[in-house]
Amino acid sequence: MTQTVIWTVAILAVLGLLLALVLFWVARRFRVVEDPRIDEVEKVMPGANCGGCGFAGCRAFADSAVKAANLDSHYCPVGGDEVMQKVAAILGFTVAAKAPQVAVVRCNGSCANRPVVNDYDGAASCRVKAALYSGDTLCAFGCLGCGDCVAACRFGALSMDPGTGLPVVDEKKCTACGACVKACPKHIIELRNQGPRGMREYVSCVNKDKGPAARKACAAACIGCGLCEKTCRQGAVTVTDNVAYIDFTKCKLCRECEAVCPTGAIHGVNFPKELDKEAVKQRIADRKKKEEANG
Amino acid sequence: MGKVTFSMGGIHPHDSKFARECAIEELPLPPVVYVSMAQHLGAPAKPLVAVGDRVKVGQVIAEPGGFISAFVHSPVSGTVKGIAPRKDLAGNPVMHVEIAVEGDEWDPAIDRSRDLVTAIPDDKAAILDRIKACGVVGLGGATFPTHVKLSPPPGKVAECLILNGTECEPFLTSDYRIMIERPKEIVVGAAIMQKVLGGCRCVIGIEENKPEAVAAMRAAVTELGYADIRVQVLRKRYPQGGEKQLIDAVLHRQVGSGGLPIDVGAVVQNVGTALAVYEAVQKNIPLISNVLTVTGDKIPANLQHNYLYRIGVPLSFVAEQAGGVPDTAAKIISGGPMMGKAVSNFDAATVKGSSAILYLSEAATRRRPETACIRCGRCADACPMGLEPFLLNRLYKAADLEGLEKNAAQDCIECGCCLYSCPAGIPLLDHIRQAKGQVMGVIKARAAAAKAAAEAKKQ
Amino acid sequence: MGNKKYIVSPSPHIHADVSTTSVMRDVIIALAPATLVSILAYGWAELVVILVSIASCVLLEWAVTRWLMKRPSTVGDLSAVVTGLLLALNLPSAIPLWIVFIGAVVAICVAKLPFGGIGQNVFNPAITGRVFLLVSFPAQMTNWNPTPGFIPLPDAISGATPLSALKEAIKSGSTIPQFMQANGYEMSSFLWDLGASAGELSASALVIGFVYLLIRRVVKPWIPLSILGMMTLVSLIFQGINPDIYTGPVFNLLTGGTLLGALFMATDYVTSPMSLWGGVVFGAGIGLIDMMIRYFGAYPEGMSFAILLMNCTVPLLNMWFHQKKYGRA
Repeated sequence: MTQTVIWTVAILAVLGLLLALVLFWVARRFRVVEDPRIDEVEKVMPGANCGGCGFAGCRAFADSAVKAANLDSHYCPVGGDEVMQKVAAILGFTVAAKAPQVAVVRCNGSCANRPVVNDYDGAASCRVKAALYSGDTLCAFGCLGCGDCVAACRFGALSMDPGTGLPVVDEKKCTACGACVKACPKHIIELRNQGPRGMREYVSCVNKDKGPAARKACAAACIGCGLCEKTCRQGAVTVTDNVAYIDFTKCKLCRECEAVCPTGAIHGVNFPKELDKEAVKQRIADRKKKEEANG
Repeated sequence: MGKVTFSMGGIHPHDSKFARECAIEELPLPPVVYVSMAQHLGAPAKPLVAVGDRVKVGQVIAEPGGFISAFVHSPVSGTVKGIAPRKDLAGNPVMHVEIAVEGDEWDPAIDRSRDLVTAIPDDKAAILDRIKACGVVGLGGATFPTHVKLSPPPGKVAECLILNGTECEPFLTSDYRIMIERPKEIVVGAAIMQKVLGGCRCVIGIEENKPEAVAAMRAAVTELGYADIRVQVLRKRYPQGGEKQLIDAVLHRQVGSGGLPIDVGAVVQNVGTALAVYEAVQKNIPLISNVLTVTGDKIPANLQHNYLYRIGVPLSFVAEQAGGVPDTAAKIISGGPMMGKAVSNFDAATVKGSSAILYLSEAATRRRPETACIRCGRCADACPMGLEPFLLNRLYKAADLEGLEKNAAQDCIECGCCLYSCPAGIPLLDHIRQAKGQVMGVIKARAAAAKAAAEAKKQ
Repeated sequence: MGNKKYIVSPSPHIHADVSTTSVMRDVIIALAPATLVSILAYGWAELVVILVSIASCVLLEWAVTRWLMKRPSTVGDLSAVVTGLLLALNLPSAIPLWIVFIGAVVAICVAKLPFGGIGQNVFNPAITGRVFLLVSFPAQMTNWNPTPGFIPLPDAISGATPLSALKEAIKSGSTIPQFMQANGYEMSSFLWDLGASAGELSASALVIGFVYLLIRRVVKPWIPLSILGMMTLVSLIFQGINPDIYTGPVFNLLTGGTLLGALFMATDYVTSPMSLWGGVVFGAGIGLIDMMIRYFGAYPEGMSFAILLMNCTVPLLNMWFHQKKYGRA
């Protein structure tokens, strides 16, 4: 009995020793020398591996950042400024603060606003639908409603509203990684600055048809009338190809464009008070009178 | 008797040739026509007329916009009212020339007589120029400019001209009717193409469900005395008329992936194209009209027609002349039920390649709800290119471009056999079409990069 | 186009008259002759086993998909019915019903739904259920005392099946000719495999059903031909070596679960390879493993184990064997 025990222990011990030596040799022979900072940077990354930064995952981002001369072409939208500051600290770089962004769906062609004129029976994919034809409404530019954006979002920030047939962004979950922007074949979704306390203005339409045609297709369409462009004192609103666009870097959130828009195509979100359009229009008219009086 | 056919895949839908007995009628002229500048594969044509110009039937109104492009001629006489974008049958804007119809005055250089002209000119270059000048494009559906197809690149020799008289799509009968009504013109057209290609032999492939057409074409060949043209009866099977499948069936050769028929010595042309070539070369008639079938399931016989229409006539006008859209129609298709396009804009104008207006009832066309793949393999059995659609579908969903290329997504001919066969109602072709586009993009980019690298090396 | 909303979709615009449900319906029809024979032979007990098995499978699938997976129920595609029927045909008619229910639980809730439902499972659900029961309840699963049926069966059929009795005899040193003489069994009968489980009872009923499936183009013959071919080959070789202890091809093809397994279980779409050569390799593997178990294993026969083992290799076979593509060598 004792002999069995002694032999067992001896053989296993020798085996263990031999294998340990082999492992030690392999670890030395095949060692990959890597900059230890890559591990450090990877540790502070969010670890979502979403590709929003343009690299193939958080480790690839870390790898590239460590080997780069500066952090100009490196930004993690999920981690945002917080993570970028940490990365900068590890690597001894400086990185400018970037305004946090959010995905914005620039279409208000809901079932109520935009009547359906044919019955789409193909695969439930916006990409397939867009490749096939101009859509099941009279607006050839608007949301197709099959939810490719919802499927693309890895953070569960998008969902289809069954009542309107349009996608809805959950601002708390959106990391502005840009996956939905790439997924939308009509280029309706845009990454825009979140704005102070989440307040922002945007034109919820991308229809480039002329006014009458756009209005016939959708009650909430931008008809390219240009009132918003004329009203804006910051020069933030421009009308190109019959559709208005608000430059979020110039917008000061005065909401005057939203008040004057005849179709309600301009949306303001997260404002504490509801917009009193008549009051604002009156304010604009008063201001104009004053300017004319002063010459 | 031996059933000559292609070697893999294929399906057997009901051929539904309800309009086969309808002789070709000439469609009356509408008040306005809209002639599309994008009636052919390749670059759109460039308009040569201006608003206010008066044009005659057969007058050139647009020139080719590139190497792969074609001339477009006015199908009517009248005044040019506008040159502007107009929506095609999918609702997308395409440049059209709008002409208000006034009378029916033809260009005097055109021979409108119906006598058969059998003497073929000797000058090959002159024949090709005439085919190009008359804007002849392939009428089998792809509308590839014929003068380009009949000019093989240097080093490639045409061994056999295959005429596609199979009309394998269910419901369509326009090719059948021209084979019955104008067989001799088709045969002379084939002979002209043979001459241009350097004197190769010709095989006219016709499916076995058209015995009258087989008889008519055989009689025409015999009467005209062409020893190197023969008619081959083919098994009724979709897609027998697919270019690659025809070559496989008739020549027992297969075109390599990414290759062209001329690589195996074949040139395939539709019988309608042969007729257009005859009219262009022998009568100087440019391609301004074609035959389309108005048909459908569950529609009465009096609403079935085969019309000789002029290009640019709105689809809605054709439907009106044919007796109106039947109540049972739930879907209107331009073309056949397997590869035709569903119409969302019925005011769209007809083009050179329009082959049918097909009314399908709800029961015949509504897709079944999608359920899980049961791995039955019917899609792979049905694929005439030997692909595995269940695998391509899965790779597309996983966005695996490498896998898609390895499994030959780029070889898909978009025939629809996979989706037709799937018991689970999976929209296979919808996905594979997207995958094919993505893979072809990758292949093209790789070729362009390789070319650029080679150029850089030369310097 | 007026006010009517016309349908718009990519091509093709027509569809073959086939659905998952219609395919499953064909399989049920193909199993009808064998089911009928087993009910006639084993009576009410058999009918109850079949009904309980089918009902359990359908109910379980409905409950799990609706309540646990929170998806629309998939019982409409009749695949649960097919699983239930195949499971019942693999069980002896005297089996207690609670064991049948457990078999259904394993088949549906272990082998099918956790993998993602139909189309995603690796192992054949009915066979998984049967094997689980065989290993867990060996006594009840090998109780071949036939329950009273509606038609008289040939004599001398009580006790163990010829298969297991023969195996025992050979193990204890007897030879095949001695065993046959001692027990007065006929070598085999194409019509009756006496004392077998319900589904294995009538080879001809199974074959008739299979021919129906071939005509309806539901199955292709490569897998069964490969299985039976390999079994024939191995049997011939071994019988040639020593006919006293190794049974021949006719016996092996017609006894036990060979035909039910080869014709109906191995040809299950989901768990078999997609290509022709993949199917041939799959069938050959099943045939070989089954013969090895028959000759050298502890069990009298191993069609179920063979199929399960080869099911594991299917993803690999699908990777290695693809059908020939147009224009490529």
